[in-house]
Amino acid sequence: MNKLIVSLSPHVHGKDSVRKNMYGVCIALLPAMLASFWFFGLGAAVVMLTSVVACVFFEWFISRFIMGRQRLTILDGSAVLTGILLAFNLPSNLPIWIIVLGALFAIGVGKMTFGGLGQNIFNPALAGRVFLLISFPVQMTSWPVPGQLTAYTDAVTAATPLGGGEIPAATDLLFGQMGGSLGEVSALALLIGCAFMLWRKIITWHIPVSILGTVAVASGLLWLANPEQYMDPLTSLLTGGLVLGACYMATDYVTSPMSHKGQLIYGVSIGLLTVIIRNWGAYPEGMSFAIIIMNAFTPLINNYCKPTRFGEVRKEAAK
Amino acid sequence: MKTFKIGGVHPEENKLSAGSPIREAQLPKQAVFSMFQHIGAPANPVVKKGDEVKVGTLLGEAGGFVSAPVYSSVSGKVSKVDVALDASGLRRMAVTVDVEGDEWEESIDRSETLVKLADRPELDGKTIVDKIKSAGIVGMGGATFPTHVKLCPPPGKVAECVIVNAVECEPYLTADHRLMLEHPEEILVGLQLVMKAVGVTKGYIGIENNKPDAIKLMTEKAAQYPKIEVVPLKVKYPQGGEKQLIDAVIGRQVPAPPALPIDTGAIVQNVGTCFAIYEAVMKNKPLIDRIITVTGKSLMQPSNLKARLGTPFSQLIDECGGLPEDTGKVIGGGPMMGKALLGLEVPMTKGSSGLLIMRQDEAKRAETEPCIRCAKCVSACPMGLEPYLLAKVSELRDWDAAEHEDIPSCIECGSCQFTCPSHRPLLDYIRLGKSTVMGIIRARSAK
Amino acid sequence: MNLILLAIIALGSIGLIAALLLYFASRKFAVHEDERIGQVGAVLPQANCGGCGFPGCSGFAGACVKAADKGSLEGLLCPVGGQPVMEQVAGILGMAVEASAPKVAVVRCNGSCENRPRLVKFDGAQSCKVQQMIGMGETGCSYGCYGCGDCVASCKFDAIHINPETLLPEVDEDKCTACGACAKACPRQIIEVRLKGPKNRRMVVLCNNKDKGAIANKWCKASCIGCGKCQKVCEKFEAITVTKNLAYIDAEKCKLCRKCEEVCPKGAIHAINMPPRKPKTEAPVAQNAPSVQSTPNTPSNQNVEPSKAE
Repeated sequence: MNKLIVSLSPHVHGKDSVRKNMYGVCIALLPAMLASFWFFGLGAAVVMLTSVVACVFFEWFISRFIMGRQRLTILDGSAVLTGILLAFNLPSNLPIWIIVLGALFAIGVGKMTFGGLGQNIFNPALAGRVFLLISFPVQMTSWPVPGQLTAYTDAVTAATPLGGGEIPAATDLLFGQMGGSLGEVSALALLIGCAFMLWRKIITWHIPVSILGTVAVASGLLWLANPEQYMDPLTSLLTGGLVLGACYMATDYVTSPMSHKGQLIYGVSIGLLTVIIRNWGAYPEGMSFAIIIMNAFTPLINNYCKPTRFGEVRKEAAK
Repeated sequence: MKTFKIGGVHPEENKLSAGSPIREAQLPKQAVFSMFQHIGAPANPVVKKGDEVKVGTLLGEAGGFVSAPVYSSVSGKVSKVDVALDASGLRRMAVTVDVEGDEWEESIDRSETLVKLADRPELDGKTIVDKIKSAGIVGMGGATFPTHVKLCPPPGKVAECVIVNAVECEPYLTADHRLMLEHPEEILVGLQLVMKAVGVTKGYIGIENNKPDAIKLMTEKAAQYPKIEVVPLKVKYPQGGEKQLIDAVIGRQVPAPPALPIDTGAIVQNVGTCFAIYEAVMKNKPLIDRIITVTGKSLMQPSNLKARLGTPFSQLIDECGGLPEDTGKVIGGGPMMGKALLGLEVPMTKGSSGLLIMRQDEAKRAETEPCIRCAKCVSACPMGLEPYLLAKVSELRDWDAAEHEDIPSCIECGSCQFTCPSHRPLLDYIRLGKSTVMGIIRARSAK
Repeated sequence: MNLILLAIIALGSIGLIAALLLYFASRKFAVHEDERIGQVGAVLPQANCGGCGFPGCSGFAGACVKAADKGSLEGLLCPVGGQPVMEQVAGILGMAVEASAPKVAVVRCNGSCENRPRLVKFDGAQSCKVQQMIGMGETGCSYGCYGCGDCVASCKFDAIHINPETLLPEVDEDKCTACGACAKACPRQIIEVRLKGPKNRRMVVLCNNKDKGAIANKWCKASCIGCGKCQKVCEKFEAITVTKNLAYIDAEKCKLCRKCEEVCPKGAIHAINMPPRKPKTEAPVAQNAPSVQSTPNTPSNQNVEPSKAE
């Protein structure tokens, strides 16, 4: 007989794994990815492929040759996910060299400088996006008009609703018939994916609901105060990267708070910051900045927002 | 349906032996009685090599108030009073008896007739507690805390109700389930004895909803006693934890340590303990045997055995079809909180609720990956702690931080590690931190 | 022009206010420290290992200054810096320092994979203290090394490492500073900080097993069974004592005669850093002494009974 194995309890495991979660999110992103191919055609495919391949390559290269790690970490799906999310935040006519630069920043600076998976302070995909947005504001904010299936860098561009363009009908916003980054356009596809993640228990409802709710309430109040100047809440919810950010970027495990209480505070703050940046900031879209700012606050939130300890409920009631 | 409020997980149930009736295990050739079968001071051996003993003869007397005596479960000759490997993985003092025949002490009533509380009106609380104390009864769910200590609340604390723990939330184990199906009346009498001993009038029996037959039978039988209520509970681990059960049944939460469960007014007893109390008080039988589930996916016959304490585990496995070829791990207890055994010649003790044989592929832990801070452990923790943080600070030996994060509240249920997608050994480190911090706290209060 | 002036005035005044604030804060919250503490601290190794028993080097420096004010540096030793550093410290404080013999950490277990076979496989967090929670550990010995390297993790000088073949920690005597961190980290108190001995030569019982001889012998080929032969042969110097079935050599009394090494039936007593013995040069020193072959109880014999003589 073989040697018995001994270990401390528990002796069974729930069969959950990092890979299951990472690829679960990737599956949840599929509908939105298909929508982006539908609207932006070839350009979307090129951007997506470049971003994913570049992210996986940089992760492998840095962990293998710079950090000297023997264990292969690219199969855990986190680099693939970063690649997809980064692509979702880019316009479909972005030249390849800019995408590769963004991927290098996302993986190299955003993730690996901190020690790799689980150690990063900022969401790597967002770090990459914000880096590109600041470095290449023109390229990053000239979005092609949907429907040009065979065009890539030569696609015709137009301003987006948030950038002062004409506001399309709510149904167009829902399905994605508007200009924008790859993954931002179809709110419906994103919400379907989000429902999938909630069903598979990959994420909890706290962060997406608190962000979307806060944006709806805050922009609704502004709209009631002055319908001329401010956008109506439904349009606010459906334009820009709000749904993408709320469901996929802000819910990133590594950079969001651990307790439910903390997650609600984080979500509400992101919502408020987004509305503030959108309406009074220099950039038309504030989602990425809001998330990055709150990422920085996550350790602080973790420190102060502890989950309710067992037994505390009664103690408070007794007082 | 009722359940506890914070956290919890739902492991695969795998109750393979739920349908197999309890059968009597054979007598061992040699029985080993550890003096460390309970929490607290060890028992002191009172026999020496060469002594003749019968079933029910005292082998070791209690070593203090928080302690319990040990009785022989076999008849024969004492062959050794020396250290022996026990289920805790340590070599500790034990009495070894070579079995000859099966002769019982005459004081023990071996008849099957049911004795109800109404038949023995002369019993008062003190007599019952004394009987329980001298019979060596301990918590039989696995914690092995001496029962008589629980029945003597510290001054100023008043018991309001007794809760019978019939949850059996550990996967695989079915010993309590079978006991309820086969001896419901005895359990109810045992519960009444506990209620009388602590002077309360309300009794609950908490049963998880995955045992509908037991809920039905117990509800039927309890109908004759208006003060006893059967409470079906939603299936969720670790509902069998004392604090979680009190929360689930009467909706009160035990405050953080050093508060005790009695602070909520509830006294929790396991089903097996109730049965043992019945036997001790009504039949004058000390704790010498118990029901144990011997189970495993590749075991030929997963069964529930009524076995004498001190029987080596290897014999119990033989009675269930022998040790399978692909065995990777043998666990004393359930898969969530049981202890992996270092060898099969270890004797069964008062707290052995199960013996689980795991295949090699099940036994090996998966490779550890970095923590991705998914917070699943935080959601799963039934005590509202942050396991990822506790494990980290324990790994870094930052005991002050561990104490500040309430590490002593951990009940070591293993929900965090069960749910961790990175397969991190969270509980290994938390245990390390908890034991160190508890030591620091004890040293501080001793000053 | 006006604008530039305004900016200069505004920024200048902000700077001035901030500077004033800083100045007053530094005065208000200044901590006065005996300047000798800094001087002593400067000559200490600054490894902050805690080997001296104080929280870090500055704590030790403070203690030295306090002790010097009371008139004696007795009992204070920086194990890392040793004698030279203590002399420097004493010089700064104007004190004399007593000589103390150099020490080294010794791993008192020889239960290598060959001597002490692994019976089960531990699967869990790599920490000796975690493995301690499953009881005896992987082998049948209740006192031997777990081999998970808590001592390695505790060493700040890179002086102790697990040998991958024996799975036992080995001390690099040149790097070891005898700070005692490993001895504290070991959950089984296997590591002892011992006198280094003349020319680094010393006699050590490489076993920590306090079980009765029969049990100790059953699970490890290199265990001390407490037979007491060494104690008998050392009657003249009284350097060896056997307590709880375990022999211990008092380094201060030991004369390095190596007789105990010869009589040990299990080869548990080792002569370290000593030249090979003359009569039989082919026998390795650290292994069983040649005379073992003449005793009836060879280490390979599994039925060694401990002598009841002592």
